[in-house]
Amino acid sequence: MTIDTLRLTAEEAAGLLERGELSAAELHAAYRAAIEERNGELNAYLTLVERVEGAGVPIALKDVISTRGVETTAGSKILAGYRPVFDSTVAARCRAAGFPLLGKTNMDEFAMGSSTENSAYGPTRNPWDTTRVPGGSSGGSAAAVSAGLAPWALGSDTGGSVKQPAALCGIVGLRPTYGTVSRYGIVAFASSLDQVGPMTKTVRDCALLYRAIAGRDPRDSTTVDLPEPVELPERDDLRGVRIGVPRELNEAEGIEPGVSAAVSRALDLARELGAEVAACELPRSVEYGLACYYLIAPSEASSNLARYDGVRFGLRAGGDGDARRMYEQTRREGFGDEPKRRIMLGTYALSAGYYEAYYGQAQKVRTLIRQEFAAALERFDVLVSPTSPTVAFPLGAKTANPLAMYLSDVLAIPPNMAGLPGLSIPCGLSEGLPVGLQLVGAQFAENVLFRVGHALERAVGFDVVPRRLA
Amino acid sequence: MAISRGEVLHVARLARLELSDAEVERFREQLSAILEAVGKVAELDLSGVEPTAHPLELSNVWAEDEPQPSLDAGEALASAPDREGHFFRVPPA
Repeated sequence: MTIDTLRLTAEEAAGLLERGELSAAELHAAYRAAIEERNGELNAYLTLVERVEGAGVPIALKDVISTRGVETTAGSKILAGYRPVFDSTVAARCRAAGFPLLGKTNMDEFAMGSSTENSAYGPTRNPWDTTRVPGGSSGGSAAAVSAGLAPWALGSDTGGSVKQPAALCGIVGLRPTYGTVSRYGIVAFASSLDQVGPMTKTVRDCALLYRAIAGRDPRDSTTVDLPEPVELPERDDLRGVRIGVPRELNEAEGIEPGVSAAVSRALDLARELGAEVAACELPRSVEYGLACYYLIAPSEASSNLARYDGVRFGLRAGGDGDARRMYEQTRREGFGDEPKRRIMLGTYALSAGYYEAYYGQAQKVRTLIRQEFAAALERFDVLVSPTSPTVAFPLGAKTANPLAMYLSDVLAIPPNMAGLPGLSIPCGLSEGLPVGLQLVGAQFAENVLFRVGHALERAVGFDVVPRRLA
Repeated sequence: MAISRGEVLHVARLARLELSDAEVERFREQLSAILEAVGKVAELDLSGVEPTAHPLELSNVWAEDEPQPSLDAGEALASAPDREGHFFRVPPA
């Protein structure tokens, strides 16, 4: 049987396995062949796994997810060669579900970045145009799914790192409600924001994978039970659905006209499917969201990354001197520029004399953002905007200017600050490149996002196969 | 808000990062620009607003005090750059 990995969905693959038309080993081998053919130019995978463990649909995991015995670097030189002695809860759940691991995917170092160019192992390239970035930080997972190198994958999202690369690669990505997916064994970046999420070709695949990984974990005390089971979306209509269009998220400076046009067309389709669509406001969430994030996330990162000290795991440099020299040289050699920048920014924001003005103030801004979103989500079931202001940008376009790179997540970040789930689905092309539509719901409203996302996905009829590869 | 070379070095010391001279200057410029942008939060009068440390309102998450399997010393030390017996070995402080 010929398997077209560019088109096969995880749900279809599961059907082939169930009906005995294909073995898990054959399915795994088909993806291995696609990897052999296309990973060279894309650099989506950092590590490949030969053994086929499990009888289900294979999966790729972002390299921030600890996998027992399989190298886990988080895209950093400081963890080169590190093989965890334990599985993260999400890796264990994938194992329990029978999903054989295809490999570990490339990412911005410690999930800090929006283009996967901050990886210590070279950038990943966008399957739609290899001169462009796949987005980030889960760019390897996004490129792998888009180019048929995995039927589905997991990424992680702190400030847009699932949603934005999903948008730039023309696939579906869910950042779940904070607390629904365990962070146990996820290399920590900013603990009050980090969430693992599915990256897939369809919304139904996304719901299936979310169902497999979500739920309370005694090893992560910030997790909770889902208030209702995950439903696979069926309906094609949007009758009774109230869609809010926050002006600030849709009219922000820097949104490309082609991106706005694709989002407008999706909203027209939503109306045709029976949704009520109306404008609303989030006056301070968008204006202050990015600043709030770039104080809170680096502050948490500066604390979390203190563990890389050359003692228990990872790189050690300067071991001939005293302990302090060893710490400083290990961190100098092991960290790339972006983690260094964020550690310094966070250390500064938390230091004596600045704590209240920066970190303390940002935590209060976070309260305002929560309140604004909560008020909007009383009137609407979902809030809609572009996921990213732009389509995939050329490699190198923003590497010299960290602030320009940060702006790539200006629309994805505000709902994250409020712990809200966000689904990005492809909604069309602009200049031949995919545009992502961000759907934001209330906490634990993933089923609503799946319903709306599925109906819009059907109506839009986006072809997920990159034209270059079709 | 511009920060000085001295402040960059102070923060780097606190964070146990050794920086080259070129890095000090580059980070000074970049951090000044970033702090200028994030300093925007100071515009808001937020007296009376409670801080949010965590997006879910969880409190007192209890667990049964039951022994669970855990790593043995050999596994816990397996990834260490240097060890001696059942200890992590480090340079003198």
